[in-house]
Amino acid sequence: MTSPTFDVVIIGAGIVGSACAAECVSEGLKTAIVEAKIIGGGATAAGMGHLVVMDDSEAQFALTSYSCKLWSELKEDLPPSIEYEACGTIWVAADDEEMAEVRRKEKYYTERGVPVQVLDLKALQEAEPNLRSGLAGGLRVPNDCVIYPPCAAKFFIDRAVSNGATLILGKKVKVIQTDGVRLDDNTFLSSGLVVNAAGSWSPSLTSGIDVKKRKGHLLITDRYPGFVKHQLVELGYLKSAHSVTEDSVAFNIQPRKTGQMLIGSSRQYGVDSSQIDTPILTRMLNRAIEYMPRLVNLSSIRTWTGFRAATPDKLPLIGPDVFNPRLYLATGHEGLGITTSLGTAKLLVDQIVGRRPAIPVGPYLPARISELSHA
Amino acid sequence: MSRRAIDSDVLIVGAGPAGLAAACRVVESGREVTVIDDNPDVGGQIWRGEKEKPSSPEAGVWFERIRNSTITFINGARVFQQPQSGLLLAECENDVCELNYQKLILATGARERFLPFPGWTLPNVMGAGGLQALVKTGFAIAGKKVVVAGSGPLLLAVADYLKRKGADVLAIAEQASRANLFRFGLQLISQRGKASQAYKLRRQLRGVKYLTGCWPVAAYGVDKLEHVILQQPGRRFDIVCDYLACGFHLVPNLELPELLDCKIEDGAVTVDELQQTSIENVYCAGESTGIGGLELSLVEGEIAGLAATGQTTKARELFGNRDKQRKFGRLLNRTFALRKELRSLPAGDTIVCRCEDVCFESLRTVSSWREAKLHTRCGMGPCQGRICGTAVEFLFGWKAESVRPPVFPVRVGSMSVES
Amino acid sequence: MPDEVVVVVDGVLVRMPEGSMVSAAIMSAGVSSFRRSVTGEARGPLCGMGICFECRVTIDLQSHCRSCQTICQNGMDIRTGE
Repeated sequence: MTSPTFDVVIIGAGIVGSACAAECVSEGLKTAIVEAKIIGGGATAAGMGHLVVMDDSEAQFALTSYSCKLWSELKEDLPPSIEYEACGTIWVAADDEEMAEVRRKEKYYTERGVPVQVLDLKALQEAEPNLRSGLAGGLRVPNDCVIYPPCAAKFFIDRAVSNGATLILGKKVKVIQTDGVRLDDNTFLSSGLVVNAAGSWSPSLTSGIDVKKRKGHLLITDRYPGFVKHQLVELGYLKSAHSVTEDSVAFNIQPRKTGQMLIGSSRQYGVDSSQIDTPILTRMLNRAIEYMPRLVNLSSIRTWTGFRAATPDKLPLIGPDVFNPRLYLATGHEGLGITTSLGTAKLLVDQIVGRRPAIPVGPYLPARISELSHA
Repeated sequence: MSRRAIDSDVLIVGAGPAGLAAACRVVESGREVTVIDDNPDVGGQIWRGEKEKPSSPEAGVWFERIRNSTITFINGARVFQQPQSGLLLAECENDVCELNYQKLILATGARERFLPFPGWTLPNVMGAGGLQALVKTGFAIAGKKVVVAGSGPLLLAVADYLKRKGADVLAIAEQASRANLFRFGLQLISQRGKASQAYKLRRQLRGVKYLTGCWPVAAYGVDKLEHVILQQPGRRFDIVCDYLACGFHLVPNLELPELLDCKIEDGAVTVDELQQTSIENVYCAGESTGIGGLELSLVEGEIAGLAATGQTTKARELFGNRDKQRKFGRLLNRTFALRKELRSLPAGDTIVCRCEDVCFESLRTVSSWREAKLHTRCGMGPCQGRICGTAVEFLFGWKAESVRPPVFPVRVGSMSVES
Repeated sequence: MPDEVVVVVDGVLVRMPEGSMVSAAIMSAGVSSFRRSVTGEARGPLCGMGICFECRVTIDLQSHCRSCQTICQNGMDIRTGE
């Protein structure tokens, strides 16, 4: 019996697939990566590139903090095109209820060794003078960062390829088989393992996985250096991200190294069209203007949409598929794909080679979802 | 951001010759019409600033017709979004206009095509129309040395204008070959009006070196232009000058038609014989249906205005003239087609995307417009790819993809108006 | 004598015919570099019709104004290179 051409074929060169490719190669696995269109061209291109430690759940905290540490270790290697900037996050509290949330978060992060700083109203105004008056305060997380994701995906791919990976660009995977993948031009890539890292397209390749598209909108302004210094996120964001059925918007703004600002965010379920939804866009912008009234006169250059890949419990799928043990999933990262791409790559490879991972993988195993649905 | 609603029978976007001609035909039939334009006053590019001082009897006639009409003009306004059919949003100086219409006529005209070459980003290197606009709007060019280069009849018109304003026009470098221009000249004989225009221009420009098969290969200077190198096969000219007015013919402005989903073929809006686009109640007239010159823009504008108001019989009477002008337009575009040598003008470090300083070398590492945007930032600046996208289409053959609002940069406040 | 307006370009008074554009005023003041590109190159107007954004200057403290599309008003404070 001939041995397969590859040890692993990764489907999708978004930031997750690309990071996985680089990690597989550095582990010595003979790796191929198949990308139908453009490297980093899906949700990777559409999102905000925020590297953030999250506290929605222990599992989310573990994965995001592990990943942020990996990003930090990598930062000296990153080329300027990735625009890595340690600007920090401020979680903005608009009222006493949200200030209580600030204090809860402070305790949570501090207990787990993440440096944070509570800002009272005065400190918040000093940190971000363009926020409106009448807010309550915030929580500053100084080690959070921002990057430009499409170039990061490219960086990982370039690394993988220069270390021996095979990149197949412009071909789509038609079907995943147990011994490899068949492409749309009928070529067959034989492989020991296949990794589905196709983001919001992953259910079309692996039926039954519970990954749904969650549409988002963003707007980018012209250059206004210093207008915003941190990534600002309203604490209401968490309330909206919790909802699994309703369309929602939340104030979320990011300064780019260029001085441009990315304004978000929105979430919609069950929408397939990538066209701008004007009512959602205007709601989103009005929410942002509520928090930063001076945004009104800034020049907006572009708007766009993207589809996050969302799972029912807001944690990604990292591990073997329930039905096909030679298929691994690395998808369903919702709004945290950029951050957790590096942690995902490590956890994936640890599982492939049978090594004990740095954090428990249980919460991210695809098997947990079918357990959830059978419970 | 405050807003005002304006309801029109007919809404015309663009106050250049096509838009003005359409507006006259609409208003003279007793219907209401609003004309909206980004510039501070009417006239588009070719008649910029000429409302009170027309440069030709023809312009004079049209401005007179407008002066005596009840056309509503909204100037300094940029259309940026279509929230729903029958409604366009435009940003004005202090508010947002909600423009409701029954019929829409797009007369968004054309812009110059800029091609990159070493030094093209130096201050005082401008478009041919660009330098002309600067002089028309108050800059005194008298005594300054100017080289005019690129392609198209615009070069002659600009050289003539600048010369009349006292500039020392040192040379006109037209990339089209002498043979092409000679054939063009012969064909003009059958179009009396144009032939006499051309003859007049040539006479006025007697004494100015007109170099054919000639194009700029480099501009040099420290912090601003000092001299230009022009190339003809086998020959180079190094000319010390103050300004280089350089543009390579025209391309249609298609962003608004694209936003509205109008069918576009061969880089122009597709229209039927009544200037209707593929979208019901949306017409298009002028250079955006295909570059063809002033007369074609005027007659298309008139037909669109007549058609939009149901005056199809009168519209048909103009078909003969339109055919004639279209024939001229085709001749124009054949004559001034760009030669392939122009694709080799940029050096590796020549900036192609001026907004984001993306050089030619970086673009050679990608293979589509979208990939260029994502991986090099080309086209991601405020010009929204109007300058670099046009160049990149010529250099690499990449087409831009679908357009999203805002079709022109506008204030965040304008984008957040709920209608 | 046609009407004139007086504007200030980088601290220098410039007299222009009424209806002139700010870009013409800046050029008349002898300034050819209106702004710096993202990598610091000197830039001036290119298209003259409001689409290239190379002619942007700060007018009366408002940044990113297209000078080729802005009519001079008496007392306008125009700053280049910002």
